[in-house]
Amino acid sequence: MSRIKTTFEALKAQGKKALIPYITGGDPLKEATVPMMHALVDAGSDIIELGVPFSDPMADGPTIQLACERALEHGTSLRDVLAMVKEFRTTNTETPVVLMGYLNPVEAMGYQTFVDRAVEAGVDGVLMVDLPPEEACDVDSIFKDAGLDVVYLIAPTTTDKRIESIGKSGSGYVYYVSLKGVTGSKALDVDDVARNLERIRAHVTIPVGVGFGIQDGATAAKVAAISDGVIVGSALVNRIAANATNPKQAQAEVSDIIRSMRTAMDA
Amino acid sequence: MSIKTTETETDFNVELPDERGHFGIFGGRFVSETLTAALDELQETYEKLREDPEFQAQFDSDLAHYVGRPSPLYLAERLTEDCGGAQIYLKREDLNHTGAHKINNTIGQALLAKFMGKKKIIAETGAGQHGVASATVAARFGLECKVFMGSTDIERQKLNVYRMKLLGAEVVSVESGTKTLKDAMNEAMRHWVTHVDDTFYIIGTAAGPHPYPMLVRDFQSVIGRETIRQCDAQIGRQPDAVVACVGGGSNAIGMFHPYIKHTDVAMYGVEAGGLGLHGDDHAAPLSKGKPGVLHGNRTYLMEDENGQIMGTHSISAGLDYPGVGPEHSWLKDVKRAQYVAATDDEAMDAFHKLTRLEGIMPALESSHAVAYAMKLAATMDKDQVIVVNLSGRGDKDIHTVAQLDGVTA
Ligand SMILES: Cc1ncc(COP(=O)(O)O)c(C=O)c1O
Repeated sequence: MSRIKTTFEALKAQGKKALIPYITGGDPLKEATVPMMHALVDAGSDIIELGVPFSDPMADGPTIQLACERALEHGTSLRDVLAMVKEFRTTNTETPVVLMGYLNPVEAMGYQTFVDRAVEAGVDGVLMVDLPPEEACDVDSIFKDAGLDVVYLIAPTTTDKRIESIGKSGSGYVYYVSLKGVTGSKALDVDDVARNLERIRAHVTIPVGVGFGIQDGATAAKVAAISDGVIVGSALVNRIAANATNPKQAQAEVSDIIRSMRTAMDA
Repeated sequence: MSIKTTETETDFNVELPDERGHFGIFGGRFVSETLTAALDELQETYEKLREDPEFQAQFDSDLAHYVGRPSPLYLAERLTEDCGGAQIYLKREDLNHTGAHKINNTIGQALLAKFMGKKKIIAETGAGQHGVASATVAARFGLECKVFMGSTDIERQKLNVYRMKLLGAEVVSVESGTKTLKDAMNEAMRHWVTHVDDTFYIIGTAAGPHPYPMLVRDFQSVIGRETIRQCDAQIGRQPDAVVACVGGGSNAIGMFHPYIKHTDVAMYGVEAGGLGLHGDDHAAPLSKGKPGVLHGNRTYLMEDENGQIMGTHSISAGLDYPGVGPEHSWLKDVKRAQYVAATDDEAMDAFHKLTRLEGIMPALESSHAVAYAMKLAATMDKDQVIVVNLSGRGDKDIHTVAQLDGVTA
């Protein structure tokens, strides 16, 4: 069974929901990422989405755009991000890691090479923002045959028919994008999310995580109550940006946010 | 993995793209999920309107009475004599309203927006030509218009920025990445994702996610169709070669597409060679790049070994783009078209030559096509014919040319 599946089942048994932070690999420095991943776990995270920096992050708002620029300034590559996962795995063999990013760095490495290296490093899943299931049909099986989960997005604009097919193609979990917009957008509308989750649940049997616009414990708790997982990115990356020259302080502030979300979600 | 180049004999009578927007391995729709519904809606609408006589009649009427089509096919006698080889004809897209081919596409897409009931349009622009063409149709159709433009380009294309403002458009400065055309396109996509319900995105070239490369091509194909008719009427036969500059590829595909079936007409796409193809300072993905995925489609790209998109260089802002429309990538791989490059210096020489010999001041983008055509003509016989797509006029570039020539205009 995949680490992602095990994690969701264990949480379910405890009556808890998954807390899933996103950070960009190599932001602000390559050496900062693995300690930050451990800090995220220590503060109560269940799954880590690790961003692969890309020069043209089309679906991201300014916060994650700048994170990509900081990471690329000193040349963080997909290869480097894989090395970070490998290092993380030397002391943590339980927390699932999902690589999140855009397709081109993977395409440039070559799909089979990427999959071999990802499995070897201890990656559990991939989420390519610009790879919808229709375009993934050639590569989806390369990922899955190697035991990697393929996480797809569902948006407020996704039709019921597509939700059904995404539910069939996806594995691990699906990522519901809570609003029409880019990452780092303002607060989401919880009632609207609840209505759409009902629509999604009618067709999707794997867990549904919700991301975009979740910035504080109160929102995290509301979203946790109606979904299987809460995904938080820009709120954390903002703290990393504000403390770019002080990684210890960044870790402390990011951990505070995770802890407050954990507490609110579990209450 | 099925991402492999076609090796079998290609049938050039088959209509591409396929229903999912693929030209061989190229094209497609690589976008985040939120945009899928909007692209589906656009595709459905377009497929209906494409066959709709009323829509086509309105498009043709606007091209005739607003844009000023057909654009002339002109024999450049003194340029021909100077090159000492094939006869060089110019397809005069520079004479269109707003001074370039871009308006053919913006008229078509603004009509689509109107039929879809969208009141707001957005566009990305590099040189500002597509921005001006979008602002123009926004004024013409009474639409609200925002144009995204990299802050570097805003600085080097001040005149066009002011033109857009005069036309009532808002110009949004883009500060991310390299602050040029590719980043403007990223920002336009981000804006579209956020306002997808009431906004129509007018993409300025034959790239982006399906159905854009197809519909931009269809709207621009008026160039090639007219050329075929005009060659019949004026020369009594089709040319031996057609030549066009390639930025994102819209003016070139407009000329090439109707000629694909005419396999005895050679097609040359001219990319921006910048400071030369030996280094990284150019914008020639078809000549020097490799296939990858950017801005919603698979195509040739300029990227580094880690798949990061590289900055580009060209004296012409309109060619300063690291990707290219997917149909060109396909035409390259099936060897139906050849892609070559002209350097900054060659384009500047061609600019001056055409200006002095013919009294026609070409856009710096178009000057790349003229530069290659001059070289090609010299290798051909006097009874052979080349048609160059003169995609735009050079007024917008006079300041750049003056600077490069060390003149304070
Ligand atoms: C006059 C002119 N020609 C060519 C281009 C390049 O675009 P495309 O390759 O889409 O024709 C531009 C772009 O701004 C332009 O203004």
